Amino acid sequence: MSTAAPQPKANQGQPEPRIDARLKVTGGARYAADIPLSNLAYGVLVTSDIARGQVRSIDFEAAKATPGVLDIVSYGDMTGIEKPQFGSAYTSLGPLHDRTIWHDGQIMALVVADTFEAAQDAARKVKAEYEEQHPSGHFGSAGTETIPAKGHAQRPKENPSAGDFDGAFQSAPVKLEAEYRTPTQTHNPIELFSTTAYWTGKQLTICEPTQSLYGLRGEIARQFRMDPADVRVIAPYVGGGFGSKGPSTPRTAIVALAARRLNRPVRCVVSREQAYTTMPYRAPTRQRIRIGATPDGKITAFSHEGWELTSRIDNYAVAGTETTTRLYGYGSVASDVQLVKADRQTPAYMRSPPEVPYVFAVESALDELAYKLGMDPVELRRVNDTDREPIHGKPFTSRHLMACYDQAAQAFNWSARNPKPGSMRHGDWLIGMGCATAVYPTHIAPATARVRLRADGDVLVQSASQELGTGIRTVAGQMAAEQLGVSFDKVKVEMGDTELPPAPVSGGSNSTASVCSAVLKACQQIQERLFRAAVASNNGPLAGRNPADLAIRNGALVAKDGAAQKLPDVFALLGAGAVEEYAEFIPDGGPHDAVQKLYQGKLTMTGGPEGKKAKYAYGAEFVEVRINSRTREIRIPRLVGAFAAGRIMNTRTARSQLMGGLIWGMSAALFEATEIDERTARTINRDLQDYFVPVNADVQQVEVILLTEVDHEVNPAGVKGIGELGNVGTNAAVANAVFHATGKRLRQLPIRLEHFVA
Amino acid sequence: MQRFAYRRPESVEAAIQAVSAAPGRPNTPPVRAPGQFIAGGTNMTDYMALDVMRPEILVDINRLPAARYGRMEAGAQGLRLGALVRMAQAEDHPVIKSQYPVIHDTLKLAASRQIRNMASLGGNVLQRTRCEYFRETSWACNKRQPGAGCSALDGFNRQHAILGTSPDCIAAYAGDFAQALIALDATVETMGANGGRTIKVADLHQQPGSTPNVETVLEPGELILFINVPAGPWTARSRYLKIRDRDSYQFALTAAAVALDLDGDRVREARIALGGVATIPWRAHEAEAALRGKPLDENTAAQAAQAAFANASTRQHNAFKVPLGKQTIVRALLETKAMKV
Repeated sequence: MSTAAPQPKANQGQPEPRIDARLKVTGGARYAADIPLSNLAYGVLVTSDIARGQVRSIDFEAAKATPGVLDIVSYGDMTGIEKPQFGSAYTSLGPLHDRTIWHDGQIMALVVADTFEAAQDAARKVKAEYEEQHPSGHFGSAGTETIPAKGHAQRPKENPSAGDFDGAFQSAPVKLEAEYRTPTQTHNPIELFSTTAYWTGKQLTICEPTQSLYGLRGEIARQFRMDPADVRVIAPYVGGGFGSKGPSTPRTAIVALAARRLNRPVRCVVSREQAYTTMPYRAPTRQRIRIGATPDGKITAFSHEGWELTSRIDNYAVAGTETTTRLYGYGSVASDVQLVKADRQTPAYMRSPPEVPYVFAVESALDELAYKLGMDPVELRRVNDTDREPIHGKPFTSRHLMACYDQAAQAFNWSARNPKPGSMRHGDWLIGMGCATAVYPTHIAPATARVRLRADGDVLVQSASQELGTGIRTVAGQMAAEQLGVSFDKVKVEMGDTELPPAPVSGGSNSTASVCSAVLKACQQIQERLFRAAVASNNGPLAGRNPADLAIRNGALVAKDGAAQKLPDVFALLGAGAVEEYAEFIPDGGPHDAVQKLYQGKLTMTGGPEGKKAKYAYGAEFVEVRINSRTREIRIPRLVGAFAAGRIMNTRTARSQLMGGLIWGMSAALFEATEIDERTARTINRDLQDYFVPVNADVQQVEVILLTEVDHEVNPAGVKGIGELGNVGTNAAVANAVFHATGKRLRQLPIRLEHFVA
Repeated sequence: MQRFAYRRPESVEAAIQAVSAAPGRPNTPPVRAPGQFIAGGTNMTDYMALDVMRPEILVDINRLPAARYGRMEAGAQGLRLGALVRMAQAEDHPVIKSQYPVIHDTLKLAASRQIRNMASLGGNVLQRTRCEYFRETSWACNKRQPGAGCSALDGFNRQHAILGTSPDCIAAYAGDFAQALIALDATVETMGANGGRTIKVADLHQQPGSTPNVETVLEPGELILFINVPAGPWTARSRYLKIRDRDSYQFALTAAAVALDLDGDRVREARIALGGVATIPWRAHEAEAALRGKPLDENTAAQAAQAAFANASTRQHNAFKVPLGKQTIVRALLETKAMKV
């Protein structure tokens, strides 16, 4: 055991190294754009220089004359192909279906050539003439349109509310009202976005990094009016997604069309710069919080209103109020979400989609309230802790928020903090300490898996889930090893291909719970077959026993009294070399046709506030900041997070993911913002030099504490999901620490040194 | 990127001839000149990939005799650094570390070690701006296309310059090393079609004025061969303070190279050069004059900082660079004074 492989506590799995660790660090893991194909042609996108208008004319003459150019797909070529569908695609925009420009950097053509260099050179020679209209790219821009999210977007179905907020707020002895802002952010997974397409007769194969293989298959089949069975999607590994690779994009059909026209494979790797405008982003928000409280800190009235930017053509809603209104035991609740439609591409999910921006506001406001009341911020949360969510009064399947606070506070040495702002200092550096709550709803979705056990104990697990770096292949393998009584190194896991049984989108932290539940079920079916064979045999050591008393351990079936029969002998009874079982898992309360929908690539994810009990994972995060007293640069020497998230399948991968979350949360607080030129609604910082993310030097001590939490009610695997939990609240913890260091409250992210020099 | 010819001459004469062989076009800004030298390539390949630079002939000078141009000499007179010395090599040189720490700092705090392993000293001095509107060819830019206009003036200009700007360009000089060089009165030796000359580094770069496309006094085909840094009583007590959002791998928001010759607390000579805030490597003569002969303390440092930014001209997003730049100078001065030499 080591820092990277924490000793498992109760209800925590072994810190097995990632099943693909060696492949990944040696470059052996193959990503979609690495798959070798003969006779490959290369596509490069041509994108618009304006954010709003019409393409009057587009000149391909010079591009076509470039040596090596094979084809150009552009306006008029999409006949017979449907536009993307918002929901399964991030946007309903079919950029080549007509000549209207809806956003900066919109796709206008795909140039295909023998080499990438020729395609890139030719793409730069394409000249478009526009009829330009003045774009509105910001909240404040003239010409935006504001509409309620409810009734116009998928979420929220209802704006959560409880009791009489207005009355309670009016009469509250202590009142707080504040506005918060979060910026546009861009996902920037290190693996670039790409599509490789080829046709074999009427069958289409797509190699593309995606968080939803079956979702992409269903959407592409719909656009091409094909039988989904004729489309295969492959993504052996995915180099990060964070939501950006969840919904499909207009690019895929364009590349697939080029491959069909040329009758050869076409690969398009989108440049980092073009990713900023052809892919979605995190919508910027403005939020207003109103809190009424008693002098001892009990919140009697809570209101959360949000305004979010979206595109002209799609109503994507972040709507984090569904979680924030259920975070504490507020007396009364009001909430509202408005969408501001602007000349930008459509935003989409970004890691911890609703919670990261919305919890920032709540957790900042709570810190403000704590100062107003002269209370310790941890104690303020304790006073408002609850065992029922306040909107419908549902109990939680489990909630250990304050246990997280207590463990994290101790590890952080919170008691050494002098609460007076500006009071702590080390040489020329101001010290600040802050904390905030992490929360994420526990989701689950239908999933399928096939598991094969051979007589020699080798196990193969197959499920078309997606390995984004989360460790899903590892934990699915651990589940099979545990259930089938073999060592982990005997397990092989195959994912990332629609030839395998379907699994849900890797999003909303559902995968471990969903996929492991399907693997568990398939393993149980294998056990049942083996157990039945063993007990039904005429003279074996387990003959005549009750199957329910058996288990598989170390390559043998064992009974409670120690009687055992080795696997090869059981297989001999069956007359089989391997036993293979396919299982379908449908969550409690899921629709009866959930797996049919899954095969079609349609999502039926449930959880969070739905059902009889509310399902959430919690954490507490503590941050120390240091701010130079002269030049005001902000550094973070310490991050501590404690999390309670049900069963932890693997303490190594869990720590890694939560640590990554904490680091990204810090990044969201101090660094990240996609800058939009106010005059033109064009994106300005489009690479990893100018879009700031932390480098190694910025990441010092990061401590992750995994609490034991047993929750049998949340789902069969007892797993809550941790992918999205770690970076919720971190931004607020940083902002709170910055206030403690300086006495200045920053309600707008990112927090940068210019806010402090004068 | 567009096709280009690639030459690897083995002598300076051949290199100059090769780069001049590209047919010149009248009024071509240097960034778009058809013949370009390449050494480490860290800046050139970046701008070629972005289509900002489109050389027809790329002249790789890495085959010039390393014994001459890849060599560092440290003597009583000062430093003589070959233009092909890599940034990382100079950063690691023991005499530079101990006797010219400001040079060591500017190298160590630039880019990443991987980039510094490639980048040459001669090329680094000519590092191009990171102005986002310069880097994306669909924006109007007077540097790329004289007379087209400057998109940064009223655009997103957080990183842009506040000193040495003009109504035609506010792009900031992005490098660090040159600040150390001008603070220490370094010179470059060059060779061109018309023979060799010595240029003060302080005179090498040109403020944008009405011709932002002309960035240096170098003639087409003129090549930097050596950098000479004279010794002086101020070189040992020197440092570079670079302020930025993240702790590494970011260009300076503000920076100050400081070298001090002290008589007790009193300043005999102060050298101050600023990075991140100006269109060229910027020597803060007014700040130096404000300190000369005075004791260096919080007050005099603040007066010097005030003098350095008296003529600053800010835009929408970069006004913070005035107070930040002043604090950077104060902190750099006091930290340099506190150095154990």
